[in-house]
Parts: sequence; structure tokens; C-alpha cells
Amino acid sequence: MSNDVTSTNNKKIVKKLLLGVVGMFAFGWALIPLYDVICDITGLNGKTGGRVEVAEAGLLIDEDRQVTVQFMAHHNAEMGWVFEPSVAQVTVRPGEVSVVSYRVTNPRTTLMVGQAIPSVAPNAAAAHLNKIECFCFEEQLLQPGESADMPIRFFVDPNLPASISKLTLSYTLYDITEKSGKAQAVAVR
Amino acid sequence: MSAHDHHHGPAKGLSRWLYTTNHKDIGSMYLWFSFAMFLLGGTFALVIRAELFQPGLQFVEPNFFNQMTTMHGLVMVFGAVMPAFVGLANWMIPLMIGAPDMALPRMNNWSFWILPFAFAMLVSTLFMEGGGPNFGWTFYAPLSTTYAPASVTFFIFAVHIMGASSIMGSINVIATILNMRAPGMTLMKMPLFVWTWLITAYLLIAVMPVLAGVVTMMLFDIHFGTSFFSAAGGGDPVLFQHLFWFFGHPEVYIMILPAFGIVSAIIPTFARKRLFGYDSMVYATASIAFLSFIVWAHHMFTVGMPLAGQLFFMYATMLIAVPTGVKVFNWVATMFRGAMTFETPMLFAIAFVVLFTLGGFTGVMLAITPADFQYHDTYFVVAHFHYVLVPGAVFSLMAAAYYWLPKWTGYMYDETLGKLHFWLSFIGVNLLFFPQHFLGLAGMPRRIPDYALQFANFNWISSVGGFLFGFSQLILLFVVIKCIKGGKKATAQVWEGAQGLEWTVPSPAPYHTFETPPDPSLIKAQ
Repeated sequence: MSNDVTSTNNKKIVKKLLLGVVGMFAFGWALIPLYDVICDITGLNGKTGGRVEVAEAGLLIDEDRQVTVQFMAHHNAEMGWVFEPSVAQVTVRPGEVSVVSYRVTNPRTTLMVGQAIPSVAPNAAAAHLNKIECFCFEEQLLQPGESADMPIRFFVDPNLPASISKLTLSYTLYDITEKSGKAQAVAVR
Repeated sequence: MSAHDHHHGPAKGLSRWLYTTNHKDIGSMYLWFSFAMFLLGGTFALVIRAELFQPGLQFVEPNFFNQMTTMHGLVMVFGAVMPAFVGLANWMIPLMIGAPDMALPRMNNWSFWILPFAFAMLVSTLFMEGGGPNFGWTFYAPLSTTYAPASVTFFIFAVHIMGASSIMGSINVIATILNMRAPGMTLMKMPLFVWTWLITAYLLIAVMPVLAGVVTMMLFDIHFGTSFFSAAGGGDPVLFQHLFWFFGHPEVYIMILPAFGIVSAIIPTFARKRLFGYDSMVYATASIAFLSFIVWAHHMFTVGMPLAGQLFFMYATMLIAVPTGVKVFNWVATMFRGAMTFETPMLFAIAFVVLFTLGGFTGVMLAITPADFQYHDTYFVVAHFHYVLVPGAVFSLMAAAYYWLPKWTGYMYDETLGKLHFWLSFIGVNLLFFPQHFLGLAGMPRRIPDYALQFANFNWISSVGGFLFGFSQLILLFVVIKCIKGGKKATAQVWEGAQGLEWTVPSPAPYHTFETPPDPSLIKAQ
């Protein structure tokens, strides 16, 4: 094999391999949306879906079954807000719409914005907890010392696996004051 | 290139090493670099073992201890084991397939010379304010982002450079193997070291870009306000683990497949028999490489996975034992009824087969999901991966060094010192890591500088073994230097039972080899 042929062949192989490198780099980034999509479809990771639009009257209620929904509240280390559910748990029938609220207080001397992230345990129940209205769909802005009651309207899907009789809805509140558009809008005013 | 370029010897002085495009020079530099990193990473390990010699805090602060575990892992994986295999690939692949040099000699030079800079940057973080990386070699976010020391940015760039080096090295290896083989050297006649490296190079190309992506995301999270791994901004820390282990599990095989190739070269030589089951070895290697992509989540069984996921990753992981078993049985069958002699390379190779298999068995134990919940993050895991990496990958590297040293230097090494090195290493490594199985089963967590009193005895034994193993490596350094300086002249064949093109060139291998392709009659089926 002559040197020229070898070097042309080398260039061809290098091009293909570089394409592979770029492709795998892109694949690494593509794994992020892929991960979210898989979590959405399967409810893995306890991630709940977005707002559910339903005619409440049209829901079929499973009269024979009772499910206990427990509520939990956390905030991350830097947050410092008082954050707790108004009730520890409720017992509902699948298909029945319930309302509970979380009370939140900003004890700090500065304006803060929080964002709540929900999580459901066990994971298999996550796709079956439907929220019609939730404070987690919005950012929460609290003036210094201000308190608020934040509602959540939800129902448990009658298709909830029969093995699950108790599920936990947990919210973690994060401080997003620096990143939030709301805080900046207030600051400008 | 003109014909004139081919016929001069090496340049003189430092510029020979800076500008060289010769595969033998670059191979030697890789090997020396990785040996230096092996000693450095080993020093970090001895700091760990010194601290763990007794319960309580004796020598270092917990934060510095964490920096030591992190740096030990990073330096050993990326600085010692990987470059050592690349060095062997550079030296041996062209000689084994009858090629005059690597396919892309200039890139070869570059892929080596960026490495010292990467590691200088990584090690310099230890002297920075806030200290070096202290989040473990797996650098789980948010520990490595939100809670990381300021030096994490240097760590990220160091990983980028190491990744670039590995990718360039792999492209070079693939181009060389696919395109530079001597006439008559068909794929299924290639020595297994070449085959395993071909597959390893593809693994590297597949996963190093993902690692580069992960550290880039970390960089963005730290400096540009994104939230890939921060739950506060809608990201997910578990995503980090998925991405990391998608790289990390194939990485494990990147560090062991070339070792399989080395052992498959050495055992037939000293058993004086052909390798048993050559074809099945090739297919087993390819199967392991394929499986390595679908088992990553067995590193993270405890994050909360659905039952179906746990079962899938458990069974897929256990499946790896099948091709690995094929290999082990083939090595044993090669030795069976062979006329065996036990020179130092063979001793290391046999120890590899036995102790790597032991590490493989603990791997199967860890694959069992319910058992893994018990063993997760304990010293049992530490014992497992050190058994596959030290008497596994590192022993294969030592076997390779003794096996090819006469070809590289032209002199036989000191067999007595070689055997002494082997036995001290063998005893040391088992004293060091075997008790760690018991520590893990008893519940001692990894990555802690202090521990409960009931773990004291086994830690004491482990530390003694650690220092024995560590200092024994200075014998290797001495043997290599002595062998370079002189000794009994080596023949071209070197070993009575050695087969393959590398043994048809004189010892030491001339600066330029196979400028005209070797006689096809020299190329035999394996």
C-alpha cells in the first residue's frame, strides 16, 4: 500500500471517528430531555405532571375505595421560611376533588421569592396524582414578615394501582430570589 | 513524507522528546508518565492508609482526607492506568501488526503532551485556597457544584484535557489498526492485545464525549446560573448520576479490556501452547463492550428505581459474568497440560487470572440488587473494585512491563528482583484489600477518616499491606532502570514460546521498524 493511499484512508477514518465523537457529545446532552421525558411518562423520580384541566363534576368517583394522602413540607438549607401543610393527611376517594393548603411565612427582613418542587412517593403513584391547581405552578413572592395560605386542588386518579392505599405528596421549597423575574420587577418599582 | 525522513535516528537532547512523532518514543513517555502518576496516586493512598491505621484522627483533617480519596481515584484512573495502556498500545500495536508507526504521529505527540499539563493543573488545586476536589472521584452533584471548593473549575478543565487526550489516542489506535496492518494480517489473525485495544478505543470514543458533556454542565451550573443538577432550578441531581455512570461503567471496561489482551499474550508464551479459543475471546470482548452500555444503573440501585429497572440492571449486570467466564476458562484451558514456566510476567499473569476472578465474583455479589442495598458505599465496594483494578489492571501492566522490557531495552531484566517484586506485591495487595471485604460486610462506610473501634484490627492489617505493596513498587522502578543500563543481552525472540511479529525484530527494537511490510509467511493464525 502506498503512502498516499494510506494517508487518504487515514483521513476518511479520522473523519468518521470525529463524527462519532461529536455525535456522542450531542447524545450526552440529549440525555437531559430524554431523562425528563422518561420521568414524565413513567412517573419515575416522583415527578408529578402539570396542571390538569377537567370538569370537576364529570369525574367518576370510586365510592368503594379510600386512599390516604399525606402531606410533607421541606425547605432547602438557605431558605429560612416557615412552611407547613395545614393538615398532615386526608383520606379521599379516587376521583374526588380535595383542597388542602400550605401555610408559608417569610420571617426574614428582605423580600424573597420561593419555588416549590413536588415529589410523590411511591413513584408508581406519581402519575396518578392530578393537580387542578397548585402553588407549585407559580413562584411565591413574600414581603418581609408576610404570610400566605397556598392552596392545592387535586384528585387521585381511579386508575391508581390497587396495591397503593397510601401516598405522600412532598414539597421542597427553594430560594430563587436571585433568579426570579418577580423579585427584579418589585425591586424596579 | 520523503524517504529521507525515515532513515535518521532519534534527535538529540530534550527536543527529541518534545517534538517526537515516533511511536516508540511516545509509548515510552506515556509509560514513564503513568508510572510517575502511579507513585503519586500511591502516595495519596498511603496518606489514606496511614490515617486509617488506627481509629481517631491522627495525621490529617477530614477535609484533606476527602481530597486524598478524590485525588487518589482521579490520578490512578486517568493518570496511571489509562495512560499506561495507551503507552503499551503505542509501543506494541505497530510492532504487532507490522506497521511502520501509528497512523497519526503528530496527533500522537499532542495527545501525550497535553496530559502533563492536565495533571499539573489537577494536582495544583491541592495548594489552592479551599483545597482541591474533595467530593470523591465520582464527583456527584450537587456536592461537586453547589458545595464544591473554588478549585473545582480547574478540576473541570483538567478532565476536559484528559478527555481530549484519550479521544485523540483512540482515534489514532483505530486508524492504525484498521488501516496500517501489514498485508496478510487479517482482523482474525491480529493478536488479542490489538483486538482488545480496538474495542477499547471505540468505547473511549463513545463515552469520553459524554464525560466532557457532564463536566461542561457542571461548569455551567457553577458559573453561568444554569440548573442541570440543581433541584432548586428544576434540574435533577439524579440526572448527574445517570450521565456519570453512562460514562463510568464503560470506563471500567476501558481499564480492563487491554489487560485481557496482555494476559492473552503472556499465558500462551509461558504455557508454550496456542491460546485456547481465540475466536471466542474476540467475541467475548465485544460482548462485554456491548453489555457495558446497558448496566450503568447498578452503581445507583439505592436512588429509588422501579422494580422493573432494578431487575433489568441486575440481570444485565450478571450477564457480564458469561463472556468474562469464557475468557477465564480459556486462559485456564491454555495453561492446561502446557509446558509451563514461571518467569515474572507469567507470575503476574496467573495472579491476574486468580485475583481478577475473585474481584469478578464480588462484582456478581454487588449486582444482586437486595444485597447491594446492604453493601452500597461500604468497604466491600472498595475491596471489589480494587481487586479488579490493582491485581487486575495494574498486575497486567506489570506483567506487560516485564514481558516486553527486554524488547524495549535490549537487555533481560533481573529475574530474582522481578520475582521478589511479584511476591511482595502479591502478599501486599492481598493483605491490603482482602480484609476490606470483611470491613465492608461488617458495615464500615467508604470515604471516612475515622471509624468505630470494632473495625480497628482489619484496618491495621490493611494499612500494613498498603505500605508493603506501595514500597514494593520501588523495586519495579529499580529493575526497570537496571534493565535500561544493561544486563544479559536479549535475543530477538526473548521468550522461548513467544509468537508474533514483535518478536521478529531485533532487541532492542530499532527506532524504525517495518518500514517495508514483514514477510506474510511470518503472520500466523493465533
